[in-house]
Amino acid sequence: MAMANNKKVGVILASAVVLAVMPFLVGGALGNSWVRILDFSLLYVMLALGLNMVVGFAGLLDLGFIAFYAVGAYTYGLLCSPHFGLHLPFYIAIPIGAALAAFFGILLGTPVLRLKGDYLAIVTLGFGEIIRIFINNLNAPVNITNGPQGINLIDPIEVGGFSLGKTFELFGLSFSNVYLYYYMFLALTVGVVIMAWRLQHSRIGRAWVALREDDIAAAAMGINIRNIKLLAFALGALSGGVAGGLFSAFQGFISPESFSLIESIMILAMIVLGGMGNIPGVILGAVMLTVAPEILRATIGPLQMAVFGKTLIDPENARMLLFGLAMVVMMLVRPEGAWPSKRRRMEFQDAKKGVTHG
Amino acid sequence: MDIFVQQILNGLVLGSIYALIALGYTMVYGIMGLINFAHGEVVMVGAMVTISVISALMGAGINLPGPLLVLIGLLIAIPSCMLLGFCIERVAYRPLRNAPRLAPLITAIGLSIVLQQVAILIWGRNYIPFPPILSHDTINILGATITKLQVVIIFLCLAIMAGLLVMVERTKLGRAMRATSQNPAVAGLMGVSVNKVISATFVIGSGLGAIAGVMVETNYDQAHYYMGFLIGLKAFTAAVLGGIGNLGGAVAGGILLGLIESLGAGYIGTLTGGFLGSNYQDIFAFMVLIIVLIFRPSGLLGEKVADRA
Repeated sequence: MAMANNKKVGVILASAVVLAVMPFLVGGALGNSWVRILDFSLLYVMLALGLNMVVGFAGLLDLGFIAFYAVGAYTYGLLCSPHFGLHLPFYIAIPIGAALAAFFGILLGTPVLRLKGDYLAIVTLGFGEIIRIFINNLNAPVNITNGPQGINLIDPIEVGGFSLGKTFELFGLSFSNVYLYYYMFLALTVGVVIMAWRLQHSRIGRAWVALREDDIAAAAMGINIRNIKLLAFALGALSGGVAGGLFSAFQGFISPESFSLIESIMILAMIVLGGMGNIPGVILGAVMLTVAPEILRATIGPLQMAVFGKTLIDPENARMLLFGLAMVVMMLVRPEGAWPSKRRRMEFQDAKKGVTHG
Repeated sequence: MDIFVQQILNGLVLGSIYALIALGYTMVYGIMGLINFAHGEVVMVGAMVTISVISALMGAGINLPGPLLVLIGLLIAIPSCMLLGFCIERVAYRPLRNAPRLAPLITAIGLSIVLQQVAILIWGRNYIPFPPILSHDTINILGATITKLQVVIIFLCLAIMAGLLVMVERTKLGRAMRATSQNPAVAGLMGVSVNKVISATFVIGSGLGAIAGVMVETNYDQAHYYMGFLIGLKAFTAAVLGGIGNLGGAVAGGILLGLIESLGAGYIGTLTGGFLGSNYQDIFAFMVLIIVLIFRPSGLLGEKVADRA
């Protein structure tokens, strides 16, 4: 037992060291733009973990998850920018955004309580689109969201008078803002991971699994299906809202384009490809799907130039094509994902044998 | 009053196209109990192929009357889409027939991304204008105008739908389809080749999708690689509205949704005191979808369903 604990502590310490020096290794070897990609992958880890609570744990297929990200992002953008002349500090704006996102989560969750599977997917998809259409059009007659132009000059996060948005100097070296954001995002990501982990192994997490595997049996066991579903939606949305606020501050600019359906699908794909319901798997999926396209973007153009002497497929096109193919092939070959939880793998194998779950 | 009649006419045109696409969704859902997410892309491919064929013919200097060109385009687009539908079922759905419900949904989403990207590779990212070969003569009805083309669209849709209903009710294949939708295992025992019936369903649905694609592009005078997504989603809404799995319901739902959308877009400004404008047209479909699923998940003409999903 003591040995196992020591080993665990060792693993945690080692990963902490790796994560701490990561941006400097990456930044030193490949440049700041790759540190920025690291930052984004942390944001996506948060989003994917949030959606994983809904889809992975509770088994509720949500295709409109990006709406909560949008709510968080726009709340921060409106409260911390010259658009309304409000400049609230981030520790007020981000919690407001997260709370609002959770509220929207419940707002979406309540009417769809009775729906399952494909129907739920389509309704959540519609919900996501409604939010996007409103954001896109709420610039007239009263200008709230500034429409398709989006919101500019959003305040960076400021800690004790120290802005994360500026380059800082240390020991005569200057570091771009992407480094500071990296640590901020890392801290919050660790927070979300711990939250997800604790939830998974709590009474609530077990109730979600019960709901996922058989909702009627779960109800018969005395689980309050309504509350437990709403909780999944709210907590998932909460993480999405936090990530949205951070995105807004990091990017300094938001527009409805960032919150299209394809983003929702992307996050779902991270979960599915990584391993639904398994936290390490989801993290793996999120990092893979954020970093791999960037590697493709960096290599596919030059590669084509080298082989064919001209660009046949533009990188964005190739990226999406491979992404779509990966979704199809993965489902056909390994539907439980790259790194599934044991329980989830059993569910998939049962399903192949014809034992039904919900 | 003029506006009202005009919006009704617009709604009928829109609605009959939705209905045609909704039939594709509802047939597949009725038989396999899954949403064929890639159906919108089939519609898009049908539209694109037709434009390509027409452009190629015109480019080759073949001067034929407009409607004949469109007909030739259709005659090539329909089999192409049928083949596509057949392949979609083979690749994305058949291997996953017993998998958890999430799996085919995700392959369908993946496949529709692939189809869109392939469309970009072939046809590019820009809107493709439909060649100006069809006349845009209008007819006046009660002070509102409708093009002859739109009249043709409405009647063609109605004729196709009637034909489909007859096929399902009267032919052997139709009977096999109905049997499979009630219980695939028992249908198999009765000598129905379930796999063939499912393939046939996809093929027929995709053929209808191709026709709908051509109607959409002639109506809006353009085609685009992303056009299938929104129209597919709306058609699905129509299918749910009418009661998914029910052919008559898809027709009723499609026409109703078209009317709701165009009347909604026409009057939303007046209703909200100018606060919301016609740029909110697209939210009606989603609102309708959500409201129907909450209050009457089985749709207008459907029996029991929602629990199966």
